[in-house]
Amino acid sequence: MLRRRLNHLFGGDEKRVDSRTIYVGHRQCPGTEAFIAPKFCDNRIVSSKYTVWNFLPKNLFEQFRRIANFYFLIIFLVQVIVDTPTSPVTSGLPLFFVITVTAIKQGYEDWLRHKADKEVNKYLVTVLEDGRRIRKESERIKVGDVVEVVEDETFPCDLILLQSSRDDDTCFVTTASLDGESNHKTHYTVPDTEKDLESLTATIECEQPQPDLYKFVGRMHIYRSDQDPAVRSLGPENLLLKGATLKNTKKIYGVAVYTGMETKMALNYQGKSQKRSAVEKSINAFLLVYLCILLSKALVCTTLKYVWQSRDGQDEPWYNQKTQKEKDAYKFLKMFTDFLSFMVLFNFIIPVSMYVTVEMQKFLGSFFITWDKDFFDPEIQEGALVNTSDLNEELGQVEYVFTDKTGTLTQNNMEFIECCIDGFQYKNRDSCSELDSFCVTDGPVSKLHEKAGREKEELFLRALCLCHTVQVKEAGDMETVSEDQIDGLLPPTEQQKGFIASSPDEVALVMGAMKYGFTFLGLDSKTMKIRNRQNDVELYELLHVLNFDPVRRRMSVIVRSKAGETLLFCKGADSSIFPRVRSEEVDRIRVHVERNATEGYRTLCVAYKQLCTEEYVEVDAKLREARLALQDREEKLMAVYNQVETGMSLIGATAVEDRLQEEAAETMEALQEAGIKVWVLTGDKMETAKSTCYACRLFQRGTELLELTVRTLEDGGRKREERLHELLLEYHKKAVQDAPPAKLGVRRSWVTASQEYGFIIDGATLSLVLNSSPEASSTRYKSLFLQICQNCTAVLCCRMAPLQKAQIVKMVKNSKGSPITLSIGDGANDVSMILEAHVGIGIKGKEGRQAVRNSDYAIPKLKHLKKLLLAHGHLYYVRIAHLVQYFFYKNLCFILPQFLYQFFCGYSQQPLYDAAYLTMYNICFTSMPILAYSLLEQHIAIESLMDTASLYREVAKNATLRWGPFLYWTTLGIFHGLLFFFGVRCLFSNPALQDNGQVFGNWSYGTIVFTVLVFTVTLKLALDTRHWTWINHLVIWGSLAFYVFFSFFWGGIIWPFLQQQRLYFVFANMLSSVSAWLVIILLILLSLLPEILVLVLRKPRGPHRRQVAAVTPLSYKNLKERD
Amino acid sequence: MMASSYNAKEEDGHHSGSVGPGGAGAVKSRKPDNTAFKQQRLPAWQPILTAGTVLPAFFVIGLIFIPIGIGLFVTSNNIKEFEIDYTGMDPDSPCNMCINSTTPCRCSIPFTLEQPFENNVFMYYGLSNFYQNHRRYVKSRDDSQLNGDKSSLLYPSKECEPYRTRNGLPVAPCGAIANSLFNDTLELIYYYPNKSSMSIPLVKTGIAWWTDTHVKFRNPGGNNNLTAAFKGTTKPENWQNPVYELDPTNPENNGFVNEDFIVWMRTAALPTFRKLYRIIQKKKDNLTPTLPPGNYTLEITYNYPVISFDGHKRMILSTISWMGGKNPFLGIAYITVGSVCFFLGVVLLIIHHKFGNRNNNADIPN
Repeated sequence: MLRRRLNHLFGGDEKRVDSRTIYVGHRQCPGTEAFIAPKFCDNRIVSSKYTVWNFLPKNLFEQFRRIANFYFLIIFLVQVIVDTPTSPVTSGLPLFFVITVTAIKQGYEDWLRHKADKEVNKYLVTVLEDGRRIRKESERIKVGDVVEVVEDETFPCDLILLQSSRDDDTCFVTTASLDGESNHKTHYTVPDTEKDLESLTATIECEQPQPDLYKFVGRMHIYRSDQDPAVRSLGPENLLLKGATLKNTKKIYGVAVYTGMETKMALNYQGKSQKRSAVEKSINAFLLVYLCILLSKALVCTTLKYVWQSRDGQDEPWYNQKTQKEKDAYKFLKMFTDFLSFMVLFNFIIPVSMYVTVEMQKFLGSFFITWDKDFFDPEIQEGALVNTSDLNEELGQVEYVFTDKTGTLTQNNMEFIECCIDGFQYKNRDSCSELDSFCVTDGPVSKLHEKAGREKEELFLRALCLCHTVQVKEAGDMETVSEDQIDGLLPPTEQQKGFIASSPDEVALVMGAMKYGFTFLGLDSKTMKIRNRQNDVELYELLHVLNFDPVRRRMSVIVRSKAGETLLFCKGADSSIFPRVRSEEVDRIRVHVERNATEGYRTLCVAYKQLCTEEYVEVDAKLREARLALQDREEKLMAVYNQVETGMSLIGATAVEDRLQEEAAETMEALQEAGIKVWVLTGDKMETAKSTCYACRLFQRGTELLELTVRTLEDGGRKREERLHELLLEYHKKAVQDAPPAKLGVRRSWVTASQEYGFIIDGATLSLVLNSSPEASSTRYKSLFLQICQNCTAVLCCRMAPLQKAQIVKMVKNSKGSPITLSIGDGANDVSMILEAHVGIGIKGKEGRQAVRNSDYAIPKLKHLKKLLLAHGHLYYVRIAHLVQYFFYKNLCFILPQFLYQFFCGYSQQPLYDAAYLTMYNICFTSMPILAYSLLEQHIAIESLMDTASLYREVAKNATLRWGPFLYWTTLGIFHGLLFFFGVRCLFSNPALQDNGQVFGNWSYGTIVFTVLVFTVTLKLALDTRHWTWINHLVIWGSLAFYVFFSFFWGGIIWPFLQQQRLYFVFANMLSSVSAWLVIILLILLSLLPEILVLVLRKPRGPHRRQVAAVTPLSYKNLKERD
Repeated sequence: MMASSYNAKEEDGHHSGSVGPGGAGAVKSRKPDNTAFKQQRLPAWQPILTAGTVLPAFFVIGLIFIPIGIGLFVTSNNIKEFEIDYTGMDPDSPCNMCINSTTPCRCSIPFTLEQPFENNVFMYYGLSNFYQNHRRYVKSRDDSQLNGDKSSLLYPSKECEPYRTRNGLPVAPCGAIANSLFNDTLELIYYYPNKSSMSIPLVKTGIAWWTDTHVKFRNPGGNNNLTAAFKGTTKPENWQNPVYELDPTNPENNGFVNEDFIVWMRTAALPTFRKLYRIIQKKKDNLTPTLPPGNYTLEITYNYPVISFDGHKRMILSTISWMGGKNPFLGIAYITVGSVCFFLGVVLLIIHHKFGNRNNNADIPN
């Protein structure tokens, strides 16, 4: 990425020119000035971050940029430099471990990237150079080289297609690895280039590299010795992108226009921005609190130390002289090092191990999502996919779900339901599977009720057959297959697979036409073949395709029939067709269209127009001119399209059903019950989207709909903005002011009598709300709009452009209280909102893999969202929240006695515990139980979580990580710390604790406190554990046993490498004292007593608590039976 | 964060080949295993603490703790303890004259025991305001020297500074702790009712941890010929005798394994502490108490200066029970906790009764 930035920097002078000139084959062209070889970057792809040389420094630098790592490094350095109570090993070892593991992981990832880079860069490609074919490494391709690519190879850089081995000057590519669309796309050679590439002298002028995959404008000047240079326009259809694969074409030649890091693929590659979860933010806030505690503790101790020392004879009594060096030390420096020493002594309060444990919990925990067999979809043979484990707990915090409609709520599995020709309804009663293509052709009359004129019918069906961009999937080598063979090769059942199109609607329409007897046979060198009802093949010359775009919302084709008629067929959304046809035709069809739309079907209207020769010539010229334009080509084309598509006559309308996803309604209902607000963001039209919402039960019968669409805005007949203002205020009054104060309680709102509201807005109005001209009112509209939306149970935003989807998500994300948002979608148009939301979920649907690749989690079906959020999300949140609180708690009561001990040892930084205990406490003695807990805990059984969605509300708004619970845990930690220290302090008022009169020293003191500590924090966790699997038993009791074993072992041997044998037999001697036993038992019990009380007293509270309790006690038996 | 590594390669789009639907054959069975662990369905025990389960526990704890507490309290009360402060701060005190004396000074303090001390009686010395737990002090020792390591004997650890070498010779034992060894001598004299007196025999051994005297502390080169073994070293500055002449009466109790020395080397936890000094063994006949009531004199050889840091010196006579020395804390704490538990049990019982009924009532309308 650095390289790319550098390229941008160095390319500064180049950038000022908006286009680059490329000399095909590096041949100088006549008519141009002296040939200056332009400098472009080479074709090397660098996606790796490190090299062997800079790995260590760069990686370390990046790791220590993390605040926590840096803090531990500082502590470690202080320990090394200053004479501190604990050895540098105690903090150095864990830090070293964390850093090494991370470095290894990142190094491995980078090594993989290096390998992949190398594979691409060293790949041998064939380049035509001075008439010879030269094999060279991909990275040495220069802009202007003519490259040969054979079938199934990927393109090594962005190429302009010059020549194809196919007769029709096309080639097929698949861009599966770029945008995930696996269909074959047709690309065209530049027209009129010579067959002999050797003699081709041409320059290409094209825009500077830009990341949009579907945009390219350029111009090619072809110089011939005897003629004026010919100019050809270049568009995306001429550009072959690096990363795409050549299919069904033997070989092609192309000239490199963008290479290396300037290819569209490289420009599109962007490291996903790091999303941080709310829990992480809470951790950082708590960390700050603890840092303050730490600093104040150190400060208090330092101050008191100097106050204490100022008294006579305390600083340096005769029995405890300072060394010469200490005496010589400068006083303020000494104070500073004392402060640092205290910091080091208390630094365990901020545990390095927490970061390791949290990371491990997230990493290991995410496996449960991938392992979940409920997420496995037998259709695609895949389960859920976790792209990032950082956001597991965020799944339990979602407040807003933004969902796409097509492919997410609905299956995106289109089925032709009915059509309406000239006002008459044609409904196909047979299901698709029963249909036999031959049967249809034999008896078409039986299928169609002869209502409209036969001519109209056929015109309509022909329109369906011609007006599309569907391709017939090749069964073999298409060039040699004749029509008859196609019939034979494609049995009717397979014909469903036989069509490929970018949109499933088109396939459904073509299939629908087939049912009525008109079969599309394919497009062969600009000739479309269809077989009509009489089983005759009709040929049409395809003159122009006026592509679909979301602004026009329609597409057209211009064809010339055998009879020489030039026809324009247009199909598109009703709103875009109706104004362009005669109104009397509209009235007949509108009823049908609206009825179909309310039933949830996708409707399209079909119109046609006959062009006379003069008209066509004019249109043709205009289209060609617009296509050649280098600047603003899109706008110019659009203008021409709009000009052409007028004065048509409407022939009919179609209705295509997009079925709901399995359990879509149940899922949505559960989400709403869980207190999650569902917003549907779709590009579809309002009526269709609304009906889908009703079908999904997002809108209920009683829901009052607040509409804010272009239609309602125009109703008043006044200026749009005034009306908008008025409506917003009215709705605001209704939904916000008059509504009873929304209680964020556990009660489900449908039970209450209060009115539910649904809100509908469309893209145009939204942009009006967001971008209305006067600055002041814009923010006002926005806040009004947000307030209304927040009080509605469901919001439907229709006619959205992808960017608008992201805009909405962003607006909600940044609104008051910064709610957690989740976006779910399946297509490339959802990527922007998936990236924008806190959690992005991709559905492994039909529209390619782009959404999946950009998502944080991917699931096969919408219905899986329910379990992902309600069960997994809830559990992950509870687990990690408890993990974080517990970690802070256990380190607070670990360090507090050490702090208190300073008051009894002359503020001399004497540690209470032995170094081994200091180091092992977080690593061994108390880490495993909490890790096991945070992986396995199910405080409520998964079944109950799924059945009672309202349980999700209990953890909403970061409930267990807010300041309240944090204060509770902190208080508990302080209470425990005080109890441990002073309990043992009272015992030690007479240190003769053994029955032989012998006395205990300071290390025994520390060991007793430490024993109480380890047992208490572990048992505290045991009290919190609601779900005891054998693993929990193993780690909890195992940890305690390990502590006892370790203490015996550690104190049982004179360790040769230790300077001081502080703990030699201390533990064993402690156990031989009855008093020590008694005090340990007493203190453990006393510290847990409040916990037990709270647990007992808290239980019977709230109405559904009881319900939870009733479901929770699953015995072993129950579980076994279920398996 | 970690899981994202799977995508490192894919994101770059370098993947070619089997990406499309054609690659379906390669994906054989990616169906997750149906194991209890992976499906989070491990059989589990799910305890719920309810008033019903906790109540008996509270009562049981109360019923166990209160007797234990009473037992502890009685035991502690039965332990006899007698304490004399012989610092000599009070001008009337016989030891007052020794405070500023530079030469060895002896003083004696008479006292009376009201009650007989039975069984073994333990004699402690206690110091106050003496920071044996000061960090600089605690670490000022060399355990490998004390363990008889010859190289450490001659080259003590740097931690011993500034008590590491003296006059160019290594100090044995080195360090501040050793240097400040408690060197008052305490003797007890009993006056029979007929005014004749008897010096009470004090046992010097068995006062340190067995493991310390036998394993942790060792003389260099065994226990024979200590003079030779400690050749080349010098005694700590404040000591009167070298380490191999600490106990002239018992040759086995010399060098690093001297028990007075070992007891001193176990640093105390708090600035006010006591250390075991001598044991007065019970009489063989078991008929007369070890220390019968009567008049005694504590004979002190006053060497140890404590005035400079506002310290105090005490002599403590104490009997010992199974729970150690006299300490009423444990007994009181147990009685308190036991009573609290019992009380809570009663409160919970009441709450439980009320709540239990209410719960049942509430269930019916649902």
